[in-house]
This record gives sequence, structure tokens and C-alpha cells, in this order.
Amino acid sequence: MKPAAFDYACPENVGEALTLLAERGAAARICAGGQSLGSMMNLRLVTPEVLIDIAGLSELKSIALVGGAIEVGAAVTQAEFLAWPDLASFQPLLAKMLPWIGHYQTRQRGTVCGSLAHGDPSSELPLALALLRGEVLLASRRGRRVVSAEDFQLGMMATDIREDEMIVAARLPVAQVGAASAFHEVAQRHGDFAIVAVAAFGDDKGVRIGVGGVADTPGVIDLKWPVDDTALNDFAWSLGGTDDQHATARYRRELVRRLGRRAIDEVRDAIS
Amino acid sequence: MRYLEAGKRHSVRFTLNGRSVEGEAEPRLLLSDFLRHHLGAFGTHVGCEHGSCGACTIRVDGKAVRACLLYAVQMDGRVVETVEGLANPDGLDALQAALQKHHGLQCGFCTPGILMSLSQLHDEEPKADEARIRDVLSGHICRCTGYHGIVQAALEVFGKS
Repeated sequence: MKPAAFDYACPENVGEALTLLAERGAAARICAGGQSLGSMMNLRLVTPEVLIDIAGLSELKSIALVGGAIEVGAAVTQAEFLAWPDLASFQPLLAKMLPWIGHYQTRQRGTVCGSLAHGDPSSELPLALALLRGEVLLASRRGRRVVSAEDFQLGMMATDIREDEMIVAARLPVAQVGAASAFHEVAQRHGDFAIVAVAAFGDDKGVRIGVGGVADTPGVIDLKWPVDDTALNDFAWSLGGTDDQHATARYRRELVRRLGRRAIDEVRDAIS
Repeated sequence: MRYLEAGKRHSVRFTLNGRSVEGEAEPRLLLSDFLRHHLGAFGTHVGCEHGSCGACTIRVDGKAVRACLLYAVQMDGRVVETVEGLANPDGLDALQAALQKHHGLQCGFCTPGILMSLSQLHDEEPKADEARIRDVLSGHICRCTGYHGIVQAALEVFGKS
């Protein structure tokens, strides 16, 4: 329960961090809040040779509106994002989802982008990124690139971040006028990993549903009004959940149907 | 760039409960172990060591965080508070006294962490309601009390009972 030995680097800016990443590649790991990585290092599931701590980089601390999206820097903690005064007005869905990430104590260190980099399919931020069709901004010595949510998360805890790259920001689209959203989650205790999390947003044309906790990556589907139980049932089966120590696949499908219905009806009632 | 090599000890200096402390730590040394075994501050307890149980919760620059998910070398120049800093010369602080009164602890293993979370909550949200208190307590595991006494103690201090 103690991490293996590692070098600890505290770069002064993103440029220094990228140079170190380019030199050390897979032997290096970026650490922002360390609330997932630190835990995995204590369990020795991850044993980096060098830990690059970016938590103190002021250039990664900003939250700003950029072209219809909220751009969240890689050093912004989940608690800071939740406390951003404009969050509920620009994207109410995020204001509903963020309190479900971990606990009070872990949200104060854990970052928005760190959760995306970790890529746990039962956590809320990968689901939010997928549902909102957000983007991740990656940087390396070779340059910067923007990756769509769909291309970013490749599988369970697997992302498109290359060995010499780091996330510098995530872009989460703002809610359109006339849109409504809903979020529901079932976990063993509030703040634990979701057994099933369902997020939905829609407008007068249709509703988009996203489900976390079932498949290796968040599942998303667009449905037209009216949404009947058959469509929801088909979606629940299409996710292909399996039995594990927390819940059976059948129980997960039932949660997708029930939480999904609740979320869809809330969106429908809010826009009508 | 500050670059600290593995296997070597590096000097660390920070403020612990209002007093300047210093020591030497390898990068891999957890803050929880540094507090206990290098500084002799045994008030911070160590449970799961992977951030789940909440026993090692302390405050860093005012924020309640897990000491087992921080490294001692990250604390240079920071303000660290642990359960040892709560009591005043006259005795227990209000949260500690309320826990005693309401039987908010039995074995006491989880108590230091719970106190540090509730102390931040009280500083920042002195009017927090029961739902908010329970939400903050969800980051702690207590196997003795069933939480009821802890919630009752907090409600008294937050002026809700």
C-alpha cells in the first residue's frame, strides 16, 4: 500500500512538462490531483519512474467560454469547477453531475481533466464528455491536437493520449436555449463508482441519453420523441453489460430502463 | 524545474498546526507516513491507504484532503492542519465536545479524519443542513456508530438541533 520509488518533477510551465514527457515517454506519468493515479500507485497497479506534477501550473487553471464550449484547464479541480458561478447557467447538466464525482474530500484535489485521462467508464466526467460531444485538447512537443469525445475514450481506462502527450484542457459544450437535462445514478453509497449512471439532454426535436457504468465506454444514443419503452429496452440490451461483484447484467439493464425513463420524462416535461 | 530523484531524501518544510516543521523525505513517502513517522504526529490515522476510507483526512491550505494520496515533498511551503491542532488550551473544540456528548465515536479510528472534514465545512458553510453534512460524511467510513451520533453532533455545532 505504498507506491514504488519514483522521481518527482515539478515543472514551471507546460513547456517544461512536455520536454520531460518527450524525454521519458511511457516511464513518465502526469499527475494533477492524483486522486485516481495516487490510489493506483499505492496499489502498485501503476509504477511510473517519474511523476510530473502539474497541479501548480497557473496556465492550466482557467475556466473560460471558448466558441460555445466551457474550456476547463488541466489543473482545475472538480470542486473549483463546481464552484464556478456560471456553471448552472451555461451547462445545468454538469451542475447536476459534478456533485456525484467522488467525495467532498477527493473533489478538492481531483481534476476534471484527470478524470478524463483516467477514463473509468463508471465515472461521471467521461459520461458528460461523451453525452455533450465535448473535445479534449492534447499537447506534446510535436504540437497540439483536438480529439473528439468519441475518438478520445477507446476503452476501459484506455484513451487516445499518446506517450509524449498530456491533456491541457477539456471542452464541454454549453446548453442551447430551449434544451433541458437530467441526471440519475445508483451507486452503493453516494460518491462511489456508479453501478449505472444515466444522463440525458434534449430539446423539442429529440433526446440524447448517455449511460455510464455498464459498458467499457459510456454508451450514447439519440432518440426522437416520443420515446417508448421498446427503444429504451433495446438501448439497455445494446450496451452489453456483464455481471460483476457489484451488480448483475440484468439488474444493470433494469436500472438503465428505469433511470432512463425517469430522465427522459424529466427532459420532456421541462421542455413542454 | 524542481526535480527530486527517487531513493534520495529531500528537505521539506511546511507549517503544521501553526508551527513550522521540517524533515527529509524521499519522493515516494506518503504525507500520512511523514506526519506519523517523521514528525511523530500520530493523530492522523491510516486506514485503506488508497483514498477510500477517509481516516487520514487532514487539511492542506484549508481544504480537507486525503493524506495518503499526497506526498510529503508536495507540502513545501504549505499550511497543514491535523486533529492535533483542533483542541485549545481550555479543552476540546466545539466539534470534538459535541462528538463526545452525542457518542459520535466508539473506537475513534475514523474520528480525526471526520473532524477535519467537518472543520472545513464549518469554516466555509456554517449553516450547512443535514443533507449537506451527510454528503460530506459520505467520504468517511465509520464501522462503530452507524453515523447517527456523528450527524447529531454536527447538527448541534451547525445550530440545527
